[in-house]
Amino acid sequence: MSLDTATVRRVAALARIRLEEEEVARVQGELNGILGWIEQLQAVNTDGVEPMAGGNPEGIAAMPLRDDVVTDGGQAAKVLANAPDREGEYFGVPKVVE
Amino acid sequence: MHPTDFTIAGAVAALEEGVISAEELTRAHVAAIEALNPKINALITVTAEHAIEAAKASDTRRARGEAGPLEGIPLAVKDLFCTEGVPTTAGSKILEGFVPPYESTVTTRLKRDGAVFVGKANLDEFAMGSSNLTSAYGGVLNPWSRRNDPQARLVPGGSSGGSAAAVAARMALGATGTDTGGSIRQPAAFCGIAGIKPTYGRCSRFGIVAFASSLDQAGPFARTVEDCAVLLRSMAGHDPKDSTSADKPVPDFVASCGQSVKGLRIGVPREYHIDGMPAEIEKLWRQGLEWLRDAGAEIVEISLPHAEYALPTYYIVAPAEASSNLARYDGVRFGKRVAESNSDLRDLYERTRAAGFGPEVRRRIMIGTYVLSAGYYDAYYLKAQKVRALIARDFREAWSKVDAIVTPATPSAAFAEGENSDDPLQMYLNDVFTVTANLAGLPGLSVPAGLDPQGLPLGLQVLGRPFDEETVFAVGAALERAADFKALPGMRAGA
Repeated sequence: MSLDTATVRRVAALARIRLEEEEVARVQGELNGILGWIEQLQAVNTDGVEPMAGGNPEGIAAMPLRDDVVTDGGQAAKVLANAPDREGEYFGVPKVVE
Repeated sequence: MHPTDFTIAGAVAALEEGVISAEELTRAHVAAIEALNPKINALITVTAEHAIEAAKASDTRRARGEAGPLEGIPLAVKDLFCTEGVPTTAGSKILEGFVPPYESTVTTRLKRDGAVFVGKANLDEFAMGSSNLTSAYGGVLNPWSRRNDPQARLVPGGSSGGSAAAVAARMALGATGTDTGGSIRQPAAFCGIAGIKPTYGRCSRFGIVAFASSLDQAGPFARTVEDCAVLLRSMAGHDPKDSTSADKPVPDFVASCGQSVKGLRIGVPREYHIDGMPAEIEKLWRQGLEWLRDAGAEIVEISLPHAEYALPTYYIVAPAEASSNLARYDGVRFGKRVAESNSDLRDLYERTRAAGFGPEVRRRIMIGTYVLSAGYYDAYYLKAQKVRALIARDFREAWSKVDAIVTPATPSAAFAEGENSDDPLQMYLNDVFTVTANLAGLPGLSVPAGLDPQGLPLGLQVLGRPFDEETVFAVGAALERAADFKALPGMRAGA
């Protein structure tokens, strides 16, 4: 499968990565090179194979549950300490509603 | 003996006997860093003052009879582990200025046991690479050089290139790394040291900057197999903060290093004889098997029929998980923000991520976004998860015939900067022998075992059953004893 330039632009937009017009052709070539190579997986017969979703070599263990109680919190100063922009106890972003 | 030449086990004994203080040991490493780091660039952040203070506190604890198992041992920490109050970059511009308000579980445990951190080690950006050249903080120089071309700047491997180079050059006695497709084992092999990726779930991932969550594992680098065992003992263990960390007891890995390999069945996967592999690597592999046979092990040929699909499987699964994990870098909550005065929120995201991520990271995020997107998910991502299941099944079948598997660690010795960089695919092939262990979640150890004709180190890899690092250490230590690898890199402290 080969990506056209419109798909390359769409993927970049989905990934929220700005792509300059002059980069499109180069990125298209790189992505198609990788996707062409990945294509060899289609040759593997996977009929009836359950997909492996996690990394646990002993299979999917039941996710452990903990008591449904607050274990952390009240750390607004630490949470906001690395924010590029903030107003009071909030992260600052450009205006999103008119 | 120069203090930077100690093994960890040797330094622990010397500190215990009062031959050296933690402060002296740390000062010797700080001096080595000051002399060598400007050339090698192994550390992004040097925490010399912190380290000397920590060493003094360590000496005080020892005097009080409260010494931990790593009391006073100077270590480097891959700059992918969050360290409270110390900048953590992940090798990326997008985390510029980020100072974690918390500590990763692995580094918390090392500190609990008395370790002293000398700095944060360089790495490929977000651990994506095999050369350390994708780091926004510059490449790392491998302390080894070619006999006939000593001026060539060789890479230390990646992604944990700074960790491996720091340990090889004697800027630290050991280091932490992470391994998603070979990022501990390949640089260990390139730098002539030992490194282990334990079983998935053995170490907590809490506080490690996430790349591909179903593949990422933390592990140690050191100059001996036993030292890796000492470090892993401290790093491993269940952590309620990582739901994928295994609730299993941590065995005495050091004791395993002394176990005999007599009677063990060692598998040799026939699919690992790949085209174009240098003759010296084939030769070293045969030699390694010969050593194990001499030590009483039985060599058994096995087949891992889906191993040849491991790399393309990895390059779907890892970018897919990365595209999701790296969505958090949005220029809002931490790290870099790039925006124009008239940017709306979406433009802020797009400019921040275009400027903050390097080309390899952008490429992988886009591949991951594509393979997860509507209409392509089944053809790529689901297909890769199924092939991954087959790769894991191949290993399960092998474990009925063998107790461990021995292969080369890498398909070549360290290459020079600029080599393998024209085509991303060429770089990806570095992980051909290591990536299966990540997909199947298995432990894998890289042991320095010989030199190529240029005088560069080559490593052998030992793979084991899930949560059977003990056998992996036993086989690795047997290889280490037989190889008696004594060669040293030209660039090192005390040289």
